Amino acid sequence: MTTATTTPASAPASVAGMTQRYYRRFTGIERVMHAALMLTFVGCALSGLPLIYSDQAWARTLARLLGGFEGAGLIHRICAFVMIVVFVSHVVLVFWKALAGGRLKSVFWGPDSMVPQPQDAFDLWNNFKWFVGRGPQPKFDRWTYWEKFDYWAVFWGMFIIGGSGLLLWFPLFFAKFLPGWMFNIAALIHGEEALLAVGFIFTFHFFNGHVRPAKFPMDTVIFTGRISEREMKEERLVEYERLARDGRLAAKEAAPPTAESQWFGWVVGGAALLLGIVAILLIVYSVFT
Amino acid sequence: MITPRSLLVAFACFLLLGAASPATHAASPPAAPAPNDACLMCHADKDAKSAAGKSIGVDADRFKASVHGELQLKCTDCHAGLSPQKLPHADNVAPVNCATCHDKAAAEYAGTVHGVARKGGNTVAAACTDCHGTHDILRSKDPQSRTNHANVEATCAKCHGSDAIVAQAKLPGGNVASKFHDSIHGKALKGAAQGSAPTCSNCHGAHSIRPKSDEKSSVARAKIPDTCGSCHKPELAAFQNGRHGKLRQDGVVAGPGCTDCHSAHAIQQHTAANFQTEVIKECGTCHSDYLKTYRDTFHGQVTELGYARMATCASCHGAHDVRPASDPASKVSKENRLKTCQACHAGASANFASFDPHANRHDKARDPVYYYAALFMELLLFGVFAFFGVHTVLWLYRELAVKFGGGGRHGGPR
Repeated sequence: MTTATTTPASAPASVAGMTQRYYRRFTGIERVMHAALMLTFVGCALSGLPLIYSDQAWARTLARLLGGFEGAGLIHRICAFVMIVVFVSHVVLVFWKALAGGRLKSVFWGPDSMVPQPQDAFDLWNNFKWFVGRGPQPKFDRWTYWEKFDYWAVFWGMFIIGGSGLLLWFPLFFAKFLPGWMFNIAALIHGEEALLAVGFIFTFHFFNGHVRPAKFPMDTVIFTGRISEREMKEERLVEYERLARDGRLAAKEAAPPTAESQWFGWVVGGAALLLGIVAILLIVYSVFT
Repeated sequence: MITPRSLLVAFACFLLLGAASPATHAASPPAAPAPNDACLMCHADKDAKSAAGKSIGVDADRFKASVHGELQLKCTDCHAGLSPQKLPHADNVAPVNCATCHDKAAAEYAGTVHGVARKGGNTVAAACTDCHGTHDILRSKDPQSRTNHANVEATCAKCHGSDAIVAQAKLPGGNVASKFHDSIHGKALKGAAQGSAPTCSNCHGAHSIRPKSDEKSSVARAKIPDTCGSCHKPELAAFQNGRHGKLRQDGVVAGPGCTDCHSAHAIQQHTAANFQTEVIKECGTCHSDYLKTYRDTFHGQVTELGYARMATCASCHGAHDVRPASDPASKVSKENRLKTCQACHAGASANFASFDPHANRHDKARDPVYYYAALFMELLLFGVFAFFGVHTVLWLYRELAVKFGGGGRHGGPR
């Protein structure tokens, strides 16, 4: 532990034949879920955007590329189905971990929890102060406030888009007990919330997690599951020191990222990144024409 | 003008006439010479040209086969003022006046778009011979005739299908023949129904062609429904019962007629996907608010992408018999709405049919819940993008400053 804490933050990957240390940040199932969420999100976005911008020439082309509106509709529904399965399994797993795993407290409160903490408000405030040059960059624990926002945005989005999407998918069934105006609302918020989600993920999430100068062009930790000691100290010093203090750091140590996961991150993650940026450019173009 | 060639021709005529006459008189029973033979002595030469270089050849066989030949008309019946006894005739002969016999057609023609243009000095505008020919005119029922039903399109297309003439004479509607050629009528003319499919003259008339701005024209805006309805009788009846037909009956000529939705020359089969998705815009030229709210729905978005499987205006409102929702006979009336939805959505319930296919996010009175839901979503989007927009821009500024600027107390530029 002592050697770890004394290593400078900017230590190179290997010092005197010692390879860089890595710590586990995401479990295998979390990585698979993020990848599935990412792919199905891009799938839903690309197959859904032509409807929102149906007056644009690119929308016609994109719809044709996806097999016409029937093909795009099928892709949209397959992606939506997988996304809902991923979301439901995540919620089940969280409760399973909390209840059956006996970790009720750490899942719903504290530094390992995704539940917003008072510290997040301070972090937000201090980060803004750093942005404007009125304070040092805050040090973060395991989850930053913007990561929690991304996480809960998925929850909100799943209920709004997923719920309204199911209504629109099975209108005959739902109309047995829901009034017609609910379908108007469903169609409205499905499109609006989709724009919010697409606009948020393909700009702010990409910026926060990937393309900002400190991360450029992308951060593959979500794909490899491993964070290097250097990165952890730079970005999550509070967590690092907390784990070191509690003697839990060694248990978190992991082998370096596998070549396959690194490759998946660069190629598939990178492709999603590019498609997302293209989608944003098309949206911006459409808004201004 | 007397040229060596015309003198030669005149001399030849003189010799032939002079030599033939005494001989025939001498021989018993005098067979009267065919009255046109004298003319044909010169004009039978197909390559014969006048002094001015104009072709003056006449195909005697074709003339004989023509309607005028069949009636044994003499050349001088049309080329009045000339006499076989006084040859050679002067170079300048009076133009043929078809009205001498065809006075009714000629009188009709004088008031038409072509006749008026001719009178005004327009030499491009069609005269009798442009459509009927000259020495080879056939009865219209003859399949070879230029004015036979099967050939009218090609005859009109000589001008109305020539981009050069269209541009030169600024013909209205542009190259209408090429539009017509690929239309449902144009295709039908080439198919099994060619006898009953309409050609140009069925809508425009023959000697009575008038511009659509002329009230007397069969294609004047006010007359279009009757003109189309002369064949499309059930559609005309439905139209007259609908709101649009009533508008016309109330004298509102601006109200939509057949050609507004179907076009005039490029009429497509109503089942063509392209027609179904494009005609929506036509409804939107008047019903613009409803087009806008339609485009907010799945129906409207899919059709805008070019796929006709979704409901278009006509799917719910009907095509020719469009009636206001307040009319119980309307397809979208309270009484009929469910049945209309069920045409596509088999098994739809009353709840389902209470969906508003024209919900308007800006109209609080029509859809208060929808209005506030839209407002909420707009504020949500604005809030999130504004907050994270500022957050991201500041963050980017700081990181760039840290990376390139250095200097400041907290890693920013001074």
